[in-house]
Order: sequence, then C-alpha cells, then structure tokens
Amino acid sequence: MQSTTSRRLASLAAFAALACSAVPAFAGKTLDAVKQRGTLNCGVTNGVAGFSAPDSQGNWSGLDVDTCRAVAAAVLGDPKKVNFVPLNAQQRFAALQAGEIDMLARNTTWTLSRDASLGLEFTTITYYDGQGFLVPKKLKVTSAKQLKGAEICTQSGTTNEKNVSDYFRAQNIKVKTVVFENFEASFKAFFSGRCQVFTTDASTLAGLRNKEAKNPDDYVILPDLISKEPFAPVVRRGDDEWFTIVKWVPHALIEAEELGVTQAGVDAAKSGSQDPAVQRLLGSSEDMGKLLGLDKDWAYRAVKAVGNYGEVFERNVGPKSVLQLPRGLNNLWNKGGLVYALPVR
Amino acid sequence: MKGRGPRGAWRSWALQIALVALLLAGVAALAAHALEVLRGRGIQSGFDFLLQPAGFEIGEGWLDFHAGQPFWRAFLAGLINTLRAAVPAAAIALVLGTLLGIGRLAPHLLVRSICTWYVEALRNVPLLVQLLMLYFALTQLLPDATEAVQLLPGVWLSKSGLSLPWPVTAEGHWLPSSFEWPERTAFNISGGAALTPEYLAIVFALGLYTAAFVAEIVRAGIQSVPAGQVDAARAMGFGPAQQLRIVVLPQALRLIVPAVTNQVLALVKNSSLAVAVGYPELVSVANTSLNSTGRAFECIAVVMAVYLLLSLLIAGGTNLYNARVALRGWR
Repeated sequence: MQSTTSRRLASLAAFAALACSAVPAFAGKTLDAVKQRGTLNCGVTNGVAGFSAPDSQGNWSGLDVDTCRAVAAAVLGDPKKVNFVPLNAQQRFAALQAGEIDMLARNTTWTLSRDASLGLEFTTITYYDGQGFLVPKKLKVTSAKQLKGAEICTQSGTTNEKNVSDYFRAQNIKVKTVVFENFEASFKAFFSGRCQVFTTDASTLAGLRNKEAKNPDDYVILPDLISKEPFAPVVRRGDDEWFTIVKWVPHALIEAEELGVTQAGVDAAKSGSQDPAVQRLLGSSEDMGKLLGLDKDWAYRAVKAVGNYGEVFERNVGPKSVLQLPRGLNNLWNKGGLVYALPVR
Repeated sequence: MKGRGPRGAWRSWALQIALVALLLAGVAALAAHALEVLRGRGIQSGFDFLLQPAGFEIGEGWLDFHAGQPFWRAFLAGLINTLRAAVPAAAIALVLGTLLGIGRLAPHLLVRSICTWYVEALRNVPLLVQLLMLYFALTQLLPDATEAVQLLPGVWLSKSGLSLPWPVTAEGHWLPSSFEWPERTAFNISGGAALTPEYLAIVFALGLYTAAFVAEIVRAGIQSVPAGQVDAARAMGFGPAQQLRIVVLPQALRLIVPAVTNQVLALVKNSSLAVAVGYPELVSVANTSLNSTGRAFECIAVVMAVYLLLSLLIAGGTNLYNARVALRGWR
C-alpha cells in the first residue's frame, strides 16, 4: 500500500512537470515518442480482476491490459513492448496530463465533464458496465430500495461515489457512505463487516466476490444497476494522429469478431480469405494502416496478439475467466448487444 | 538591532522587503505559467467550481452537508472534521504526554520502564502503520452492526462504532430540548451521536502517537530545571509530589511551550492521514473534489492555504501564551 504522503508528492510532481513542460503539441508527437522509446506506457488499475491485475510473476492480464497490448502490437509490432503503469483513481488523469503515460486503459467511465474539462479525449468504448451493490446474503436484501439506513463502503474520486448519492437522493432513501481513498481499503472494510453494502461497477463486484470473499456464496450482487458506466481508453487532447490510432485498434478487434477472424485463424484468413472486408482489415489488399501512420499489418498484429474482441472478453471476464460475466450489453450489435465496429474501409 | 543606527535598520528593512517582493513575483510567474500551460492543453482552471453543487455526500461530521450543496461548503465540512479529530487528539496527547514524561523520571522502576517502553514503541513505528493497525483492530474485533452489543441503555457498540444518546434542538430553539436515542434498524444502529471506527482510529492514533513525543519534551523540560531547585524544595520540607507540583513543573512546563507547539502543529497536519481509513477530513474532501472536477491545482492550493492558516493560527496563539508564561530573564 502506497503511503498518502508519497501519493501526494507524486501528484505534486505531476503538476510541476505540467507547469514546466512546453505548450506546443503537434500531431504525431506521441506516436514518434512511443516508437523512439520502443515501449508503450499504458496506465492501468493497480489490480482489478478481469481488467488489469498482475499475477505472482508480475505478468499483467485483463481486458484493459489486452487493449494496451493490441495497441503495442499495432504500433510497435510486439504486444510485449508495454510498460504497465498502475494508477489509482486519483492519479490516473494527472499521470496522463503530465505525459507519464501515452494512454490510459483503466476501466474509466466516459463522462461529459471528464471529456470536456480535463484536456483529455476518450477514444472508444471497450466495455459497457453499470454500478451495482454487493451485500451479505444473511441480510436478506433483494433490492437497492431496501437499503435505508445502511452504511455503504466505496472509493473516493470515482463516478461510483457520486452515483450512490444521486441515486439514493432521487429515491429519497437515507444511507451513509464510508469513503476510502484506496480501493483495497474500501473492499477490505466491507469484507471485515464495517459496511453492510459495497458499491462499484458490477464487473468489479463479480471479481471481488470471487477473489476476496472467504466464501463467495455468502454474498449477493443486487439486480439493480444504478448507472451507465461506459469504459473507454483515454489519450491527451491535441494529438489527433495518436487519438485516431488508439480509437481504431479496438474497432479492428471488434471488426475481427464480426468477420469471424480469430487469433488462431488470423494467419489463414490473411493468406486465404476471399472476403474483401477481411482482406482490407488484415492488410492483404488495401493498406489501411498507412492512413493511421502505421503499416498495413497493424490490425493483423493486434488480432494475432490478443484475439478478436469476443476472445478478449471470453478470456478475461467471460465464461473462461473467474468472473463468469454474461456477455450482455457487450455482445455484438447483431447479437443483441451494443458493440459495433465502425467500418474499417 | 544593537550596534546599528537608524540608517542600518532602514537598509535591513529594505532588503527584507525586496526579498519578499522577489519571492512573491517568482510564485506569481510560476502560477501564471502553469495556468497558461493548463489552458493550452484544454484543461479547465479557476476557482469558480467552488460555487457549484458538490454531488457527493460526507459520511459524518458536525456540519450538516448534503450533495446538493456547493464545494466550498464541502471543504468547510472537511475542515470542521479535521478539527473534530485534531482537538480531542491534541488533548489526549498533552495530558497523556505530560503524565508519561513525568513517569519516565519516576523513582519507581516499573512505572519508569512502562513509560519508557511506551515512548520507544510508539515513537519508532510510523503513524500510518499504527493508524491502520488500530482501524483494522476495531473493525475486525468489534461485533457486526447487525449484532451490536448494548453496553448501557442507549449505548451501543459495533463495527459501525459507538452510538450514544445525543441532545437535539427542536426547530426555533437555541437550547437542546430532548435526547435522541440510538435505535436498532434493519442493518445497524442509527440516531443519536455515533463515534465511527474511522473517527476513533484517527483520534486515538494521533493522540497516542503524539503523546510519545510530548513525553520526551516534558522529560527534557523537567530535567532542565536546575537540581538546586529540587534541593531547595526538599529543604523547605516538600514531599516528592509537592516538589514536582509546586517547584519543578511550573518552571518546566513554561520552557516546553514552543517545542510542544511544534508537536500540536504536526498533529494537525498528520490528521490528513485519516483518508487512509476513510474518515472524511479536509484532504479526503479535497481528493474527492479534485477527482470530480479535475481541478487538481486549485484543490491542492485550497488544502495548502488552509493548513498554512491553521498552522499560523496555532503558532500565533501559542506564541502569545508563551510570551505570557515564559520566565522573565530566560528569553
């Protein structure tokens, strides 16, 4: 656990860096810097199962981690050339503003105020989530509307904290929030029994229940989702070329799923597919990469590195993961979900 | 100032003023440049957000606050919560510290060793570690809120904290008219006054930790009283307690005011560690505001200004006190 003082120093340092760096930002600066450095600095969470968490060997995995890897594969030709920078909720935007990271892929909700006031730009939605509640089964609660008088643990500086207050105010239900600066402290307090309710995004609740609870069956996630939480990678404003790249890599992964191109089948598809859409995506006909300032194999390498969007989902948060989350809103648009690739053409 | 004529004094004042002006100009230039960079990057800046609704709740405190109220009121509630923790903690630190300081010089071996061990243990473990240990102890060991234990009628103890009956003031009255009694609800105990585990942890961690430092200062103060004073007191026929109360402490305690002031200042600033256990004090509120507005520069500036003001007030107040109690001729 990082000390408060060092965190405060870190944010001060970020401002100092911000204050001392020169203003002009021309298009392509980030891409050049990443290529010259040879690694992509990617901001991630400091440990949320399914999205980004390191294992005991220090290998990161998760949906957000795969977004970083896909971008590194497209830009640098190697998904391993990522330097994962773990950031807490309070640090994430300052780190991006100050240039410590090239992109942020950290289950961060796209909101108007963040989009318009932080000097940052959200690229494309990679996960549709909603905020939920975790409660001990023994309380026999079946709906958020029964939580009058309950104490709710959550993390400060998140949309979650504000959503809780909005939701219960609108319902005219009085609850008490206990807000921790550190995500780990907030869920530890809940599992120790300090709070009767824990709230965060539903996907994270599933991970916590499976990983942190002594007996996962003692806890239930209430069916109420009280907010929309679209997660999207974020870049700095003012570098349109880099923004476009980080926007299109996830679209390429979604397009690959729509076209049925998998990690295992991508080589065969590249050399053998007669489908013009597949040929365009994988660079065996037109060169779409050139328009992005990359080469024509950019999308091929991204899919080869992490698989298509469906595979990324399945491996990290879906049926093949500990979270076991249903595809739901994150299914393809033509299968009942909201995920829709902009045409790669 | 001795040895200098009016001309030398004038020159030294001019130099001081020039230095201050230079410093202020430097700070202003840095701030202006920072704002220019922020604007150049499309980052919103300014203090206008202080008038907008905060949108988050503050879990506990004396100032009634809800999400529809503006940010400045949230900061005020945070400041009041800082004082709500720091003042009782300072009281614990001063009383316990003085007793421990005296105890470290006690003739009785057991008393002396206990006090020495206390000081060494508390002084050498980081405050954050002690705070977290205390907090986890409270939230692990106390019974769940659904199984709260009743200590006395109307006094409940659980992981939600210590709930007590509390006087309430009816609308339009100045004086409290009745008591509000804590009651058992579906999840926990509500009503009355609640001392949450977060609050108890920060008050006791700060108080117990700072007491160790105060104890050392008190001990040094007592030891600085010339041995002749003790001999004189004994010659007057005073017993050990009387020697301490009438002769030694009045001299020792005056000496230590500046050093103890530093400890109180440190205590107030250390209260910012409370964010680690979820107690909503000034820094916690500023962090939340920072995140919901993105105005990092401004929120940190507010925090710095408030702590600076608090420190200057405390230092000023104790300096006045010190000037009054200090022994003439010792200055």
